[in-house]
Amino acid sequence: MNEKDKNKQKKLAIGNYAVARGAFEAGVTVSSAYPGTPSTEITEFLAKYAEVTAEWSPNEKVAAEVGIGAAVAGARAIVAMKHVGLNVAADPIFTASYTGVNGGLVIAVADDPGVHSSQNEQDSRYYALSAKIPMLEPSDSQEALDFTRLAFDLSERYDTPVFIRMTTRVAHSQSFITEGERQDIPLKPYEKNADKYVMMPAGARARRIAVEERTLALQKDVDAFSINRAELNNTDLGIVCAGGVYQYVKEAAPDASVFKVGSVYPLPLGAVAEFSRRVKRLIVVEELDGFIENALKAAGIACEGKNLISPTGELNAGKVRAALFNAAVPAPSATVGRPPVLCPGCPHRGMFAVINKLRLNVFGDIGCYTLGAMPPLNALDTVICMGASIGMAIGAEKARGREFAKKSLAVIGDSTFVHSGITGLIDAVYNNLNTKILIVDNSTTGMTGHQPHPGTGRTIYDEPTYKLDFADVARACGVKNIAVVNALDIKAAEAEIKRQLSLDGVSLIIAKEPCALLGKQKRPPFAVTSGCKNCKACVRIGCPAIVNRPDAPVIDAALCSGCGLCARVCPFKAIAGEGV
Amino acid sequence: MQNVNILIAGVGGQGTLLASRILGAYASLSGFDCKLSEVHGMAQRGGGVVTHVIFGDRVYSPVIEDGKCDFLLAFEELEAARWAYSVKPDGKIIMNNQRIMPLPVITGAAEYPADIAERLKSSVGRLYTLDALTLARAAGSEKAVNTVMLGKLARVAGFDFSRLKSALELSVPQRFLQVNLSAIESGYGAGK
Repeated sequence: MNEKDKNKQKKLAIGNYAVARGAFEAGVTVSSAYPGTPSTEITEFLAKYAEVTAEWSPNEKVAAEVGIGAAVAGARAIVAMKHVGLNVAADPIFTASYTGVNGGLVIAVADDPGVHSSQNEQDSRYYALSAKIPMLEPSDSQEALDFTRLAFDLSERYDTPVFIRMTTRVAHSQSFITEGERQDIPLKPYEKNADKYVMMPAGARARRIAVEERTLALQKDVDAFSINRAELNNTDLGIVCAGGVYQYVKEAAPDASVFKVGSVYPLPLGAVAEFSRRVKRLIVVEELDGFIENALKAAGIACEGKNLISPTGELNAGKVRAALFNAAVPAPSATVGRPPVLCPGCPHRGMFAVINKLRLNVFGDIGCYTLGAMPPLNALDTVICMGASIGMAIGAEKARGREFAKKSLAVIGDSTFVHSGITGLIDAVYNNLNTKILIVDNSTTGMTGHQPHPGTGRTIYDEPTYKLDFADVARACGVKNIAVVNALDIKAAEAEIKRQLSLDGVSLIIAKEPCALLGKQKRPPFAVTSGCKNCKACVRIGCPAIVNRPDAPVIDAALCSGCGLCARVCPFKAIAGEGV
Repeated sequence: MQNVNILIAGVGGQGTLLASRILGAYASLSGFDCKLSEVHGMAQRGGGVVTHVIFGDRVYSPVIEDGKCDFLLAFEELEAARWAYSVKPDGKIIMNNQRIMPLPVITGAAEYPADIAERLKSSVGRLYTLDALTLARAAGSEKAVNTVMLGKLARVAGFDFSRLKSALELSVPQRFLQVNLSAIESGYGAGK
């Protein structure tokens, strides 16, 4: 068969598809996740297989518990999350390391070196070390498929959850894969086994020992895993690397000997030590922290690493070449930036216009509305993590008092409120505070690509389900001041927000309007009229459709969604259009 | 064969992702190894997007090394200026002469560079410009800017045009096929 025919049997696929395909082929029947870039597609692809029951969970902790429950009940299960989602899911996962599994359990975690679409650049490999859970790291889509299949076998063989670590570049790059058949894996019997699954102190102490024994066994076996391999070439330079970085190394140093690590935890220390004896100089090339380097040094293997390679940002072949061989790298052109923006017609924009008018202190949260922090809106004072807006508003009130709370707002999205805002709301009521919360409810999980959530009344399969009503939730939590406003009617919304800020006690304001990208019908565009006094009020709302010109702003009819927000903020009624 | 490195730069919503996927199908039909690198998530929201396409006998990194790009397919002028540094000294830039104002320009915080084509001409091996938006409209849809650009790339890079059209047929839904075929033809014939 010639090369051309061979390639016809292959297909190009992103790494996240390959993880889903690998899980499918491994006989997975249960899949759970909360959406998060760059992990989201894994679960979206799994939902397309009729043999798999997939779900969007309210957050990563619940998703992990669903996966653990399915595995204990005898099924093969996969849970997917982004790196910061693993922080949320860490609690059940650390103890699932003790209980082990029944059916295989794989946790796919996607790191974001370079911070393309996240709030930090944490290195998830430390979780593997800390929770004593094996972690495999693929370097392309075929490995993502193969390693995921292998992870299920390892999970059952060693009675442990297994991590698959992805990074943005591996998750969202396409390379060729060859698909295999789905294994027919029967459901294992459900066993009541309190010693293994009830982690009270006595049981946990015994399982703690089992974890150590498992880790020792894995440490012994891992040197022989075929995913850990030495590629001997010129022995003047030996490079140890894993994951997507392997591709950069092969390109930057094609003559060097390479040890390709497939299991970043436990590391194949014996095999790397053997490799190190065969090369003159040993360098660990890794993205983010010196995780492998530190482990090699602790094992007495002399090497270099972070003295040459930066711990920050994403690597590429050029950076690796520059670090290894002092090669020059061309500098990026200095030109005007093109930052991400709230879309034309975005219902969040009007709420930020109101917030800026009222000059409030704003505790922000994670979602499309985080872009309200960008110029010219500059409307958020803080963004930390999912759900932090409410907790931080509570803390600020405790630090600065009731009057501060009446000039402050926690701004949180609908999906984020379900994820981890409700507990903060309960805290505010329980502790007799005056926290003011604005849910910017666009009826979707916007930033990750419009996934449904419990507040949308639809499942991952777009089936109808109970629609969580945030006002009902607030009432049940004991909130007395609840208001629902139309996010596009900023005049009424402003009046209501002002009223709520003046009230004692916790307030929840729900600003409703579906995401502009979900709109089926485009409304006719607005236009600036001759009444324009060039005051720039419309420019300050930061709409990509409004172009600032010296004599008067101009609305780009091709981009305008017809939301009318510009007409509402215009003090001279000089913007015309339908419905305002 | 020496690997071919193509950088596709544009603005979220311009269809750069589909363009890269059609090139992936082209590489696949040609029997080449191929990798594509995409951008998802926050950066897509009206920000600048860049996708990498690499094909040849053996591809390792899915990301084109700075300074090693053979063809920069720029869907927008400012994005051409942004990524020009990554083009080889003898590389080629194909630029759609459309201008989409970024927010700092819209709000008046920055100015859109005035002389992009002039500056690029003096800094790279060869610059080709075309009005892909007008050609796409003439073909039947503004959304076909991406296939117009691919047609021009096929001409400049000397790709097998009938194979590229087969790749297009594999990548585009049937109901959009005719528009896209006219668009790729008009790009292929543009300013030859």
